[in-house]
Amino acid sequence: MIVELTDQNFETEVLQSRIPVLVDFWAPWCGPCQMVGPVIEELATEYQDKIKVGKLNVDENPQTAVKYGVMGIPTVILFKEGKEVARKIGLEGKEGYVKLISNF
Amino acid sequence: MLYDLIIIGAGPAGLTASIYASRYQIKHLLIGSQLGGTMVWASMIENYPGFDLITGVDLAQKMVAQVKKLGGEIKNTSVLEIKKKQDSFELRTEDDEFYETKALIIATGTQRQKLNIPGEAKYLGKGVSYCSTCDGAFFKEKTVAVVGGSNAAVTSALHLAGLAQKVYLIYRRRPLRADPIWVERLEKEPKIEVIYETNVVEILGDEQKVSGIKLDKPYQDNQQLFVDGLFIEIGGKPGSELAQSLGVDLDEKGFIKVKPEMSTNVAGIFAAGDVANASGELQQVITAAAEGALASNSVYRYLKGVGK
Repeated sequence: MIVELTDQNFETEVLQSRIPVLVDFWAPWCGPCQMVGPVIEELATEYQDKIKVGKLNVDENPQTAVKYGVMGIPTVILFKEGKEVARKIGLEGKEGYVKLISNF
Repeated sequence: MLYDLIIIGAGPAGLTASIYASRYQIKHLLIGSQLGGTMVWASMIENYPGFDLITGVDLAQKMVAQVKKLGGEIKNTSVLEIKKKQDSFELRTEDDEFYETKALIIATGTQRQKLNIPGEAKYLGKGVSYCSTCDGAFFKEKTVAVVGGSNAAVTSALHLAGLAQKVYLIYRRRPLRADPIWVERLEKEPKIEVIYETNVVEILGDEQKVSGIKLDKPYQDNQQLFVDGLFIEIGGKPGSELAQSLGVDLDEKGFIKVKPEMSTNVAGIFAAGDVANASGELQQVITAAAEGALASNSVYRYLKGVGK
């Protein structure tokens, strides 16, 4: 399952989460983001016991994007215990994201 | 598992090769880390027949859907290593799986060329971008620069002019090498200023994000330009390392040398798309697709032993 993240629920869903959260920063106009989308959905299913997966539309939720200095998408950030622990900027194959998750 | 054909690369060349391989009923697998390949970065494609205007993503998704509909199998990962065996090739992927195949089509395209200047890596995603369609919106009413003189650079500048307050296009040569139709649109766009015969030598910032760029010669008496973003569109370098490791001949620029039917100097290895030197400087979706079709046809003949 993928959580729809917003400026409003980011604190409770991500920063206060008891398990790590993988956040996909995306926007509808971004081509590569649309290719990342299905991969993120697969990860959400395959790693559902280990992590939470969320998508944040930077167009509708600019505050969170600005707060984490996201000026390039797709950007995928892994949060653990309220802090950023890893970040991937740009388009990655599925294995790239799997590595990101398995390192934590 | 032994395949008759493995296609490496999931851009238009690889996807088309799979479509043809399915129709030839060749037992095959497509392995690619970036579905759609380079075309995914194109904001507007106006020269692929059948579509007067389509985004690169839409075209990529249509091709992927067509591949799957025909029964083509896609593995979304990278190939790390290929070993030549007696009558086959063994591939190892990033997730440590092994695959064996009788024939290979290498359609690994190009990787984005970097400027290799100070600040480029540091400010990636913080003002430095290789994708204007992705990141243009972060620069609404701001000042940005685009580096390059090709179709990709000029279309990026045009796209950014619709968002930013001011766009510099910086090209190391003169004149622009983009298609005349794009140059004409560029000249009509008052927000774009072209700086010719100039190189960007450093990207400056305040640690958090880009604040400017340094040029190799003054422009209007100033060697520094204040910009909030820099978009790098200077083409690609061929992803031909795997081919090279198998003894495949490359040309002087590193592209795979192919014969008109897309075969290489190594039996069983074929190449198609931007990584191959078949269409010269023309790196288009349509040339990649055509080369993918040719390559699959050649593999079909190769597997059947035609012309041996």
